[in-house]
Amino acid sequence: MSDFHLNEAEIAAALDRIPYAKELAIRPLLMGDELTLILPYGPHIIGNPMLRALHGGAVGAFLETAAIVQLWLMGEPKPLPKPIGINLDYLRRGNPKDTFARAVVAKQGSRVANVRVRAWQDRYDEPISILHGHFLLAPKTEYKPDEKPDKK
Amino acid sequence: MSVDQNSERLKRLWDLAPMFVEGTPHAKFLGMQFVAIDIGRATLSLPFDKKLVGDVDNGIFHGGVLTALLDQASGLAAVSSFESAMPVATLDLRIDYMRAGKPGKTIIAEAHAYKTTRHIAFVRAIAHDGDVDDPVATSQASFMTTARNFKGTTSPLARSKAVSDLPPASDKGGKP
Repeated sequence: MSDFHLNEAEIAAALDRIPYAKELAIRPLLMGDELTLILPYGPHIIGNPMLRALHGGAVGAFLETAAIVQLWLMGEPKPLPKPIGINLDYLRRGNPKDTFARAVVAKQGSRVANVRVRAWQDRYDEPISILHGHFLLAPKTEYKPDEKPDKK
Repeated sequence: MSVDQNSERLKRLWDLAPMFVEGTPHAKFLGMQFVAIDIGRATLSLPFDKKLVGDVDNGIFHGGVLTALLDQASGLAAVSSFESAMPVATLDLRIDYMRAGKPGKTIIAEAHAYKTTRHIAFVRAIAHDGDVDDPVATSQASFMTTARNFKGTTSPLARSKAVSDLPPASDKGGKP
């Protein structure tokens, strides 16, 4: 893994490039090379006011952002990775409190990466939701057919 | 079910459905709009908003916004598929992102609960920006009724009271 973007200010700057993440007030917490994202609770992310449960879409967007930022942090600076297909499992009700997420890259290919993300609230061992899915990575170099590769 | 019962149920759904969107704080926050409802089917729309973009460099919706819209539309289709319109919780949701949305375009989500058992609804949905044959994303989800946890009623009044009774944002900066 490269140590390309391992500082909190740079990760916060990457999140600033994602207006929706900014709108949800998602912020990073970095410990060594381990990134945790925080989704602060606010009434605007509630899905069911009768049950006081977080909206599955807000939690899903948060998990997806965690995957994108984790891949971005391990790779090239631009552009951000894009989701291809994701699976979300909702395991427990999201309560009206702050939520945390941590992403693990299961496989990183040259164009596609497989990522697993866990979201939890009170206890890491009791995830409220889990994402796994494929993301399209930014091409490292632009392919130009009329350019011959450099000989070394 | 007789024609009368069916039309009675549809009438109830049309009364109830807009409130399920309006009374869902996150749906309201994103600006989702109710379009149509039928037994086991629901259509919602989401006008473009630059606050909901995924990358400042391209100006198209964040994937998570489509997740929220597909979840909401699928959930509403699930609610409408149960005979007594019970509230639901998402069990799982799979989304395939077919192509980038066009900048500035409203996204429409059409959901169909194609099979409902006593407690579970299976729902497929398509998100598109005008042409249903050229989808931006498709999804497959299952929902469970929360009727056992659900005390009281689906009345708009109770729901809006529940919204105003929500705890305030955390002191670490959840947006209003």
